[in-house]
Amino acid sequence: MSKHVVARVAELPPGERKLVTVKGRPIAVFNLDGEFFGLMNRCPHQGAPLCAGDLTGLMTADTPGEYQMSRPGEIIRCPWHGWEFDVRTGQSWCEPSRIKTKQVPVEIAAGEALVKGPYIAEKVAVAVEEDYLIVEV
Amino acid sequence: MNVILPGAATANPVTRGAIDCDLHPGVPGIATLLPYMNDFWRDSFVRRGMDGFDLASYPPGAPLSCRPDWRPASGKPGTDLAQFRAQALDGFGTRFAICNTLYGGQVAVSETMGAAICSAINDWIAAEWLAADPRLRASIVVPAQAPHLAAEEIERLAGDRRFVQVLLPVAAELLYGKSYYWPIWAAAEKHGLPVGLHAGAMFRYAPTSNGWPSHYLHDYVSQSHSFEDQLLSLVSEGVFVRFPKLRIVLLESGVSWLPGFLWRSVKTWRGVRSEVPWVKRPPAEIIREHVRLTVQPFDVPADDATATGDILRQIGADDMLLFATDYPHWQFEGGNVLPPGIPPETLRRIMVDNPLATYPRLQESIA
Ligand code: FES
Repeated sequence: MSKHVVARVAELPPGERKLVTVKGRPIAVFNLDGEFFGLMNRCPHQGAPLCAGDLTGLMTADTPGEYQMSRPGEIIRCPWHGWEFDVRTGQSWCEPSRIKTKQVPVEIAAGEALVKGPYIAEKVAVAVEEDYLIVEV
Repeated sequence: MNVILPGAATANPVTRGAIDCDLHPGVPGIATLLPYMNDFWRDSFVRRGMDGFDLASYPPGAPLSCRPDWRPASGKPGTDLAQFRAQALDGFGTRFAICNTLYGGQVAVSETMGAAICSAINDWIAAEWLAADPRLRASIVVPAQAPHLAAEEIERLAGDRRFVQVLLPVAAELLYGKSYYWPIWAAAEKHGLPVGLHAGAMFRYAPTSNGWPSHYLHDYVSQSHSFEDQLLSLVSEGVFVRFPKLRIVLLESGVSWLPGFLWRSVKTWRGVRSEVPWVKRPPAEIIREHVRLTVQPFDVPADDATATGDILRQIGADDMLLFATDYPHWQFEGGNVLPPGIPPETLRRIMVDNPLATYPRLQESIA
């Protein structure tokens, strides 16, 4: 496992997602209101690029016809067959314990710390005064 | 557990002590029912000369409507109680038999006439069949064309524990998940009565979703689509969420279409479940919990010894199937009531355990 600088925090505002590639692996990084989450960009169903799906909320109903929507922007719908995945956990809605997409830890680090290492910053030029997104792969 | 009743000594060894969940007493004609009607209807049927309310789905003379060796010397199929007892009850050694009367009350266009025929059938079956043999039980027939009257009929008869189910035709005027029908589900659930959906249509619309078929072949084979539609409707409209104790029994539905249907419903649900967010579990799981099927007919190739076992494994639940002869309908020859290849333990469940678990009123009558 190694830690990789993948973007400046400022590049990924709340509600946005970004596709990055680390060690040849595509990873979708999400900003949920200032919290960052990473998922392998590969749907566990048939491999679709999850990052290209719609970000929606969670639709629930306790009784028929009484719709509720919660957690806006925290659910990614696979662009191919519409399975829903929780951005926070990678779990599918349909079978959360069995079907999930792999999580990739994301953290924020200040440029100042990065300069000291042991981070790998192949594609991002690190400046001391900025904050960066780090994924561990 | 098996009580061998008088006359059962010569019975089919496979079915002895079994619970037969689908048999059809025949209604000889409207005259039989007149004593069970009020003055208005007695007068109306006589004065207006109305008779012959046999279902278009089961014309009395059609081969399927009666196995040749079960056809009475005279009269309509299933109308001779003595023959019914000898062939269906003694012949198979049946412990309990659930009478599902198919007659025009369930499908009449007039709501009130339909309700009058249904009530008369229920009182007739109680007085002249259930009272005649302790092995007999019956479904409450109700007017599907008037859900509020259907619910009233359930309330009227639910106190008689010999009625163990409510009976509806599988194809009515609307899909059964619609809230129009909810009074029926509410009444059935309240009284612990499963609702049986029997093959056959009210013919308010074409029996296939693509129009009217030209031939009997098409009409009968395509019945399984109606069962699929109703299951999807009940699941997707949230009937089992609203009525969590409701049980549905598919009667004469066939069985072997079920695995592919279950798989397709789960697969599609995974992608579009957010349009029906009250469906919180895969449809197959909901259906396995709430739905039972009688085993007549059981469509499998006779020369493939492993086919039945494969289908049972794919259904993925050994509590879903219920024994039935479908007497006097012509589904099998001799005593070969089930296809080969069913493991003995599963067979026992189909014959006894599953019916007892499905029909609480049968369970209580042996407790
Ligand atoms: S590939 Fe994602 S749902 Fe099928």
